[in-house]
Amino acid sequence: MKDIADFQWRLDEAGYVAERSLAATLMLVSRMRRPLLLEGEAGVGKTEIAKALARVFDCPLIRLQCYEGLDVSSAVYEWNYQHQLLTIRLQESEPAPVQEKEQHIFSEAFLLKRPLLKAITQPEPPVLLVDEIDRTDEEFEAYLLELLSDYQISIPEIGTVQATSIPYVVLTSNGTRELSDALRRRCLYHYVDYPSFDKELRIVHKHLPAIGEQLGAEVVAFVQGLRELDLRKRPGIAETLDWAAALLHLGLEGLEQDPARLADSLACLLKTREDRDALSAEQVQRLVAKVR
Amino acid sequence: MSGSVDNPARAADFGDALSARVIGFTRMLRDQGFPVGVQEGLDTLRVARLCDITDPQGLRWGLRALLCTCADEWQRFDELFNIYWRVEGPRTRSVTTGAGGARHTGRGEQGAQGPARNIDRPGLGDARGIEGEGPKGGASAAEVRARTDFQHLADQGQLREMEQLVERLARRMRRRLVRRARIARAGRQVHLGRTVRNSLRYGGLPLDLAFRRRRRELPRLVLLLDVSRSMSLYSYLFLRFARGIVSVFRDADAFVYHTQLVRVTEALREPDIERVKEKLAVLSLGWSGGTRIGACLERFNRDYGRRLLNRRTIVVIVSDGLDTGPPALLAEHLQRIRRRVRRVVWLNPLLGRAGYQPLAGGMRAALGAVDVFAPAHSLDSLRALEPYLVNG
Repeated sequence: MKDIADFQWRLDEAGYVAERSLAATLMLVSRMRRPLLLEGEAGVGKTEIAKALARVFDCPLIRLQCYEGLDVSSAVYEWNYQHQLLTIRLQESEPAPVQEKEQHIFSEAFLLKRPLLKAITQPEPPVLLVDEIDRTDEEFEAYLLELLSDYQISIPEIGTVQATSIPYVVLTSNGTRELSDALRRRCLYHYVDYPSFDKELRIVHKHLPAIGEQLGAEVVAFVQGLRELDLRKRPGIAETLDWAAALLHLGLEGLEQDPARLADSLACLLKTREDRDALSAEQVQRLVAKVR
Repeated sequence: MSGSVDNPARAADFGDALSARVIGFTRMLRDQGFPVGVQEGLDTLRVARLCDITDPQGLRWGLRALLCTCADEWQRFDELFNIYWRVEGPRTRSVTTGAGGARHTGRGEQGAQGPARNIDRPGLGDARGIEGEGPKGGASAAEVRARTDFQHLADQGQLREMEQLVERLARRMRRRLVRRARIARAGRQVHLGRTVRNSLRYGGLPLDLAFRRRRRELPRLVLLLDVSRSMSLYSYLFLRFARGIVSVFRDADAFVYHTQLVRVTEALREPDIERVKEKLAVLSLGWSGGTRIGACLERFNRDYGRRLLNRRTIVVIVSDGLDTGPPALLAEHLQRIRRRVRRVVWLNPLLGRAGYQPLAGGMRAALGAVDVFAPAHSLDSLRALEPYLVNG
């Protein structure tokens, strides 16, 4: 238990408010060196967790943002073609044999390291964030699984590159596509939920020390109430912080102070037109009344 | 590690009884369908040591991170942990900071053991009592089968046979679609790396171009099946079709609706068809009569739209368009779907009948917002769908 509490404290030092249970998971990640799969709705702070880990370990964060059609050349490595072509022209007049020239232009100087290769060739273990892994296709997922078990990358022109350091790997998923069982089993797992009132309040105070006790509590209670409603896009933690900052900037001390300004500032929380239309002025008033 | 190493007494305890208990817990999880293998068994002891085995909370969190692999398991874990370690429910709930717990994926899991074994719900495959002329003799049996309107299937045997054919048809579609896609795009993109290598011979001039073969992506398929009473003749067959589709297209989802919308993808993936039936029966319990297509599409848009709909999505709606809700709502939400996807296909089994006109209010409203309006009353008509299911 001491280890877990200790890790929680280190996360807190790094500016991330974590529950005990999340701290336990992250402690295991650091000790067991297993990849961590984070699932949960958009806006619950999955990506933030990876950033906090990088701060805790005081190491670089290498991020691979996944998308449909992500391929080896943008995820692992690519040859610097322009540089290679140029070198070939420059070497034209030299008498060296072709084989030697080829070896030269396929040396490491011409290799562009993309996130995955970069992550395993660092002197110190970095945090590798593979964001939204569910957006890639099955082939890439299989490739990643192989990398995560062997920690080596084979480049035909050079040979196999062994990892100089095993990164701390964090994968996030929004559940767009089902991930393979093999990948899931390889990883530790944590389901990230929307924060509780207390946790969110602490986050707000951490990021906006200038905010008053009353306004902070009202903001968080309001957003938590809003999440219960039938919205298309529920506000995440980032939205809470944006909104709190906006209210602070407007000089409000409580939500009841200025209904007109409050209504305007809701743009920070509701990001689609449908949601804005769906939330009537009365509903806002009711939420505000409940908050108090 | 320090937690147990610091304290020699604890480390000694750890060797015997307690670790046997932990192993027993992983067995229980395996029986509950968690993917726990030999490797996980070994890891469990390691986690138990790291999290301090004598502390129930730490053990809970550690084992949960190790042994769960998806949100569904995450939600069930706490309860199983409590049962096994005889922890009282309320106490732990307050300690676990409410993670999980509150969320439900709405999948009706474990429904099969429940009291509700009512398979013969209206709308979910009670086509057996229907009088009709089955195909007998004449042209080759296969040919006849291919053209038979599903409504004319006379007995159980024919119906079951047709179900199998429909499912197989769906599975075959994928194989053909993949092959066609490979040929279509072969060699359209220059493979720069290989080209550079080839150009060595020509002093760096890229004379000899190499091409990258790129597989065209298969579409994401979303099937919305109307299982209202008016569709009861067909709905079970389409569920089998959907089952074929979701089992081979990895990126496919199926929903059923009449007054409510329910995602059935997981239920359909169940390998045993009888269990599928039971699960579906449980899912549809308590639905009242009537069909509210518009409201169901609205729900679909809200809950799944952002996640499932994109430029390579093809939405297939199977319905006779008999809607008890306002047609304007149906049209609006269908339009909304259509704006986000590659294609909307509406299959209407009635369209295969002689003299049918799409005059029902809902159907008329929908026509303006679909790309393909096609019959789906026989194997042949389903097969004719194939070209519309490609991303082209």
